[in-house]
Amino acid sequence: MKRISIDPITRLEGHGKIDIFLDDQGEVANAYLQVPELRGFEQFCVGRLAEDMPNITNRICGVCPEAHHMASTKALDALFHIDPPPTAKKLREMFYSIFYATDHTTHFYALGGPDFVMGPDAPVAERNILGIIKKVGMDIAGKVLKMRHDGHYLIKKIGGRPVHPNWGLPGGVSKGLSKELREEVEARGREAIEFAQFSIQLFNDIVLGNTDYVNLITNDAYIHRTYNMGTVDENNHVNFYDGMIRVVGPDGKEHAKYEYKDYLDYVAEHVEPWSYLKFPYLKKIGWKGFVDGEESGVYKATPLSRLNAADGMATPLAQEEYERMYETLGGKPVDHTLATHWARLIELLYATERWVELATDPEITGETYRLLPTETPDEGVGCVEAPRGTLTHHYWSDERGVLTKVNLIVGTTNNNAAINMSVKKAAQGLIKKGVEIKEGLLNTIEMAYRAYDPCMACATHTLPGQMPLEVTIRDSEGEILEQRTQNLD
Amino acid sequence: MADERFEPKIVAFLCNWCSYRAADLAGTARITYEPNVRMLRVMCSGRVDPQFVLKALSLGADGVMIAGCHPGECHYLEQNYKTMRRFAMLKHTLKALGVEDARVRLQWASAAEGTRLANAINEMVEQVRALGPLNWKDNWVEEEDIDAALDRLVEEHAEAMEVPA
Amino acid sequence: MSEATNGKGKLALYWAASCGGCEIAVLGIDEKVLDVAAAFDIVFWPCVVDGKVRSIEKMEDKSIDLCLFNGAIRTSEQEYMAHLLRQKSKTLVAFGSCAQEGCIPGLANATNRDAIFKTAYFDTPSTDNPNGVVPLTEYEAEEGMLYLPYFYNTVKTLGQTVDVDYYIPGCPPEADDIWDALVAILEGNLPPRGSVIGKHSTVCDQCDMIKTEKKIKEFKRTWEVIPDGETCLLEQGILCMGLATRAGCGGMCPKVNSPCIGCHGPNEGVEDIGARMITALSSVIDSDDPEEIERIIQEGIPDPVGSFYKFNLAGSMLRRSAFTSDEGAQAGAEAETA
Repeated sequence: MKRISIDPITRLEGHGKIDIFLDDQGEVANAYLQVPELRGFEQFCVGRLAEDMPNITNRICGVCPEAHHMASTKALDALFHIDPPPTAKKLREMFYSIFYATDHTTHFYALGGPDFVMGPDAPVAERNILGIIKKVGMDIAGKVLKMRHDGHYLIKKIGGRPVHPNWGLPGGVSKGLSKELREEVEARGREAIEFAQFSIQLFNDIVLGNTDYVNLITNDAYIHRTYNMGTVDENNHVNFYDGMIRVVGPDGKEHAKYEYKDYLDYVAEHVEPWSYLKFPYLKKIGWKGFVDGEESGVYKATPLSRLNAADGMATPLAQEEYERMYETLGGKPVDHTLATHWARLIELLYATERWVELATDPEITGETYRLLPTETPDEGVGCVEAPRGTLTHHYWSDERGVLTKVNLIVGTTNNNAAINMSVKKAAQGLIKKGVEIKEGLLNTIEMAYRAYDPCMACATHTLPGQMPLEVTIRDSEGEILEQRTQNLD
Repeated sequence: MADERFEPKIVAFLCNWCSYRAADLAGTARITYEPNVRMLRVMCSGRVDPQFVLKALSLGADGVMIAGCHPGECHYLEQNYKTMRRFAMLKHTLKALGVEDARVRLQWASAAEGTRLANAINEMVEQVRALGPLNWKDNWVEEEDIDAALDRLVEEHAEAMEVPA
Repeated sequence: MSEATNGKGKLALYWAASCGGCEIAVLGIDEKVLDVAAAFDIVFWPCVVDGKVRSIEKMEDKSIDLCLFNGAIRTSEQEYMAHLLRQKSKTLVAFGSCAQEGCIPGLANATNRDAIFKTAYFDTPSTDNPNGVVPLTEYEAEEGMLYLPYFYNTVKTLGQTVDVDYYIPGCPPEADDIWDALVAILEGNLPPRGSVIGKHSTVCDQCDMIKTEKKIKEFKRTWEVIPDGETCLLEQGILCMGLATRAGCGGMCPKVNSPCIGCHGPNEGVEDIGARMITALSSVIDSDDPEEIERIIQEGIPDPVGSFYKFNLAGSMLRRSAFTSDEGAQAGAEAETA
């Protein structure tokens, strides 16, 4: 079989390569997205101090360290059997909302956004943030930069550092919020809400207002009917920081709703010999391979999944947008992978509203932001919704708080099977016998994984490259059939 | 199998005022002791930076000894107490890194205690001999043929079809 | 600078075993990124730009003016990229803690490949692997061969793999320091080759806490005590790595009452940060009684490898714990106490 290899895949965080195999008819027989890296956190964290984990697991991902920091801190709460005071919980959730707003901004404008705003077939040199700047102007680009800047600035003031905060402890956080800082947080939060609304308007104008893009979103090549997972509060509304985990089926009906500590009853991980990354699936359904449907244990945990798994949003502006999306796309659940970008913007809006809600809560500047644990640590599970999916940290320790065992299921890992299926289906839908394989076509296949905002997101796009590229297609004897180059010196 | 007997290489830091004099005394009194120890004279056991110990182990020493005046007898008054604390923390760390206990030793010996020092040396040499060579650098040698793995990568890149993102 | 058709230099950024934080850090220079774009063509930055390895392989040696390489080396693919980029770059900078000293991925040097694979693919309670499948460097799928890189037992720093011109420390480096370093490199205003581009003092210099005399009777874990928010954390018994860590971060962590964890690497002139911490801490333990000293250490520092070498294990003098191929060998994990 002929093999097309995309190595490395780009505009995502982390390492990966895609191998597409073509049969003799020139149709796609299979596609594999291999993850060629592993670092071994689950093993080398054994023997470490429990309180070091929020700092160590920060470094699982430098784009969403706050997610790991929070999940780890919550796991420590559970490990030490201590319930933080209300001020601490609110501070953590506010901090987390600020982070969410920042992260979703960078993904939409820098990573996945260019494919939409500029178009999947746009010249490579324009298919990035600079292209967006040119198209929409420096006024708007300035807003994006300001949102990111403000976000990281507040993360540093509250959590210690702009990347890899050092703030979470069992029983609370290491420092509270002063009145001066609270004012600043509120002011920037209100600006952030406006920015979120503006981003949705941009999406409306540029994407939804363009029939070609709408057709792309609703194209069957990008549809997968799988289970969807997200965290919901007591009203079944989306919550990023805390709640119960809810899974709904492809038909929209609730399959499971469980507390963090019971996750092992619902989720298991499958191993393949061609990737270092494991493939989680729903235990009660079982692993049936890389297939869609109610009988397959494959599930997604993305912004779209979270909206599918919930009954609504907890804040008014986001709720309005939530209703509009489902109305536009024909009801719940929505299975269009590319609609994840829309869901992400709705979450951006919710994050900014929640940010201001908590910044104006009377308890947020409370003086009791930490309690000292008194119980002996033994075992604890902590979960949050990372921007890229449900994140689970599970620690076991001895009586001194030295870890004896660690289990982690990280955001994007949840989606590993679905990502592979999306890439394969997109490849099968777009590469057919007689179709000329052009650069833009292959980028359209890559859009299938970019919607998931895989692994650790990369913050922005910068430059236009005169991208050098070479496509070589060989037959099964290794003879070159076709070769095309561009911009090679 | 009559292999050559393993001869440990031990590096010793001896303080000028007490333990180095003890070694001198052992010499003039013709007390025999194992020849495996390479002695380095420092003014005080408190001069011994843990980095010296780590460096010696990483460069091929099978063991390291630090010898100084008895607590309360330090020529510089209190510095051997610092040695004692430093040594305790160093041993704690080395244990966590998997370096066996007998390989790093703190020995007090006054200028009059040539025999005591000689006995300590003999004891340590036998203990390290029983443990075998440390060869610390071997810990970070990869078992797979790295050059072959790199060549395979070059081939894989050359034959793969390249595709734009 | 090499003359590209547009007069710009060529810049490459690559990530090996890292987390992406350095990419975010580079973007933390905000609008100055446009200045960088004006001065350079970015020829390779997989996170951000659609370049492929093949295009780098075809470039002339030393045609890339500056390469910022972050990440430690722990697979054959990463080693390959380190050699490749060294060959193609005039100036190769080890960017960030992973490239300089191994950073958090370097903690895997307290264990080994077999133990990692066993835990990841068999032992974690959520893993379901009845057929004992492990990732393979070569796998024959139905349709053809699939390859994965070889996973090393020991993480290496960039400097242990290839010749490095400069180091920029930090996990990740601070935006201001990155900008200053870029300017210094562009202007040629640099310390000797092989140096760290950074400050020559410790975090204590930049920390706002009030420092008086340190006399430690007991080391406290961070969850055992609420610091007073004004005095030196170490004086309150909390283990703070600031004593041996290079300044440059501005002492951010103590500003939120958290101790320094050493992410900025060892100070100038310190080869092994753990050894330096041992010296510094020992001198302020307030006891001359051997038993009391043992107790203070065993109870207060149950994980010396994690506490002292959190960022620096791969770059330390011993580089790793003693290697055994037993599955149970977690030498760094067995921080035993009495």
